[in-house]
Amino acid sequence: MLELDGVGFGYSPRDWVFRGVSFRVPPGTATAVLGPNGSGKTTLVRCAAGLLDPQEGTVRLSESAGYVPQAHGSAFAYRALDMVLMGRARHVGVFRTPGSSDHEAALEAMERVGAAGLRDRRFPTLSGGEQQLILIARAIAAGSPVLVLDEPATGLDLKNQARVLTLLRELMADGMALLLSTHHPDHALHLADRVVLLGRSGVRTGSAAELLTDAQLSALYGVRVSTVAYSDDGDGFPSSTPRRTIVVHYGS
Amino acid sequence: MLDGAGAPRLRKRVRPALPRAGPASAPAGTVDRKATARRRETAVVVPVALTACFLAVVAVLALAVGRYSVPLDHVVQILTAQIAPVPVQASATEQNVVLLVRLPRVLLALLVGGGLAIGGAALQAIFRNPLVSPEIIGVSAGASFGGALALLLGLGPFLLVGGSFACGLLALGTLFLITSGRAGTPMLKIVLGGVVTGSFFSALVALVTYIADPNTTLPAIVFWLLGSVSTATFTKVAVALIPVLGGAAVLVALRWRINVLSLGDEDAAALGVRPRPLRWVVLVSVALIVAGAVAVSGAVSWVGLVIPHLARMWVGPDHRVLLPVSFLLGGAYIVLVDTIARTATAGEIPLGVLTALIGAPVFFLLLRRNREKVWDSA
Repeated sequence: MLELDGVGFGYSPRDWVFRGVSFRVPPGTATAVLGPNGSGKTTLVRCAAGLLDPQEGTVRLSESAGYVPQAHGSAFAYRALDMVLMGRARHVGVFRTPGSSDHEAALEAMERVGAAGLRDRRFPTLSGGEQQLILIARAIAAGSPVLVLDEPATGLDLKNQARVLTLLRELMADGMALLLSTHHPDHALHLADRVVLLGRSGVRTGSAAELLTDAQLSALYGVRVSTVAYSDDGDGFPSSTPRRTIVVHYGS
Repeated sequence: MLDGAGAPRLRKRVRPALPRAGPASAPAGTVDRKATARRRETAVVVPVALTACFLAVVAVLALAVGRYSVPLDHVVQILTAQIAPVPVQASATEQNVVLLVRLPRVLLALLVGGGLAIGGAALQAIFRNPLVSPEIIGVSAGASFGGALALLLGLGPFLLVGGSFACGLLALGTLFLITSGRAGTPMLKIVLGGVVTGSFFSALVALVTYIADPNTTLPAIVFWLLGSVSTATFTKVAVALIPVLGGAAVLVALRWRINVLSLGDEDAAALGVRPRPLRWVVLVSVALIVAGAVAVSGAVSWVGLVIPHLARMWVGPDHRVLLPVSFLLGGAYIVLVDTIARTATAGEIPLGVLTALIGAPVFFLLLRRNREKVWDSA
């Protein structure tokens, strides 16, 4: 369980990035943070993950959260399994190295994200989507029931975006609590139960149905956005709920 | 395709997300985790053992060759006789040459080379940059100043180490202050900070040599600064032993934490490792090692850059393997180079000159050959 209560953060006094952010992420649900560039999405998820201390308000976390940073290069070409093993740092003593239970946890996390076959590949040689899966596996290996993800689908092609979203849905079904920032309102529509909108006029939190509307999204991004329904019966699997995605009116 | 939560195939592996050690009956098609874990552990032991054997062979060879040549079997006998009662056929002269003349020199070369190499490897990890070495970041210049000052003031060998250590740490602290600001790229800041720190302490060294008495202290300082293990004694070995082995032991003990630290501060913090105190422990250990090495041998350059690079090409960047392998390989390298230094010509070539003459072109070749495989720097 992750809970933020009246959280405010500013890099200098009286220059707030955001204030008064309150929401809860219960197990088995996802909360998406949306907002234009520079609105403080990354700052908010870092506060939630405990990497930044907010100036006001409290962040309550039952255990330390697993954190998935924005995909980045690594200075050294560690093997994928060694990257995932580092997720076990909390469980390994300062002067110790990971033992067999840590290796098993890391391998299980790699299997969980469907990347067990990559274990001996060097991290920088992986594709962007594979690197993201490895970083998610690293956070899972830490053993926390809460995952905080900073733009997990940014920089990925459509197939890899779908791969990551599918994985995140599976993790929710397993009972994990997810908090993610994203530039894709359609991903929020697909995943999130609740959303946090970081806009120029302030912060809004609420259910996805309430906030992911044409008017709210258009106001948030300053461009005309429509949500549209689509059916997904072409793949042979019954679809219980109608899906929605977004259309941006780019103009002519 | 984007699957909804209701799609049946998503549910096929619903189980607790917390990856505790699973039951023995792993589902078919998954990897054997225990076997993989075991394989990873042997992957650490084998390269370290191989390098240790290489070092032993190089050391025995170094004890055998020289102006007074001792047969290899005699060297082995003399060494074995120190720890076990075995008959020795070697002459008394051979025993003196091996034990009193060459052994302290080989041990000192081993400590200096191993220390500088493991220090370089650790610095490269925490600066997240494979081009960092004790010389480039100005620590060696700082330690040289401390040592030169101790010689100028006529202090003993332990204060020589103490002075080298304090000033080496001072240089590290200066560099750290320069590089910790937000502006600029890390690479540029490290190089510029190292230039600033290094030239400042080099100027202080020049000042010390300028005011030193040309009849008494100046020759001692100049000879010491040239970089050599030719004046090795068991006392010098003892002086270097504690800081070099102590610092190296701390680095080896922290080897896996250093992996986590090399991911960068944010990642390390997210994984539950507090980066700042850990980095300081590593920096102080490196300063201790460099101070110990500089105090007994002066400035021996390029070892801390070339050897970790070479080791990383062989065993990869995992510091669990890289740190011990760097130490052993660095030790073997300096023992080998020092043997060349004392046997190649009638006179002695200063060790520092030889390591630079070999190191610079070797490093150039390494950079050209294998840039992508072992590190991926922006």
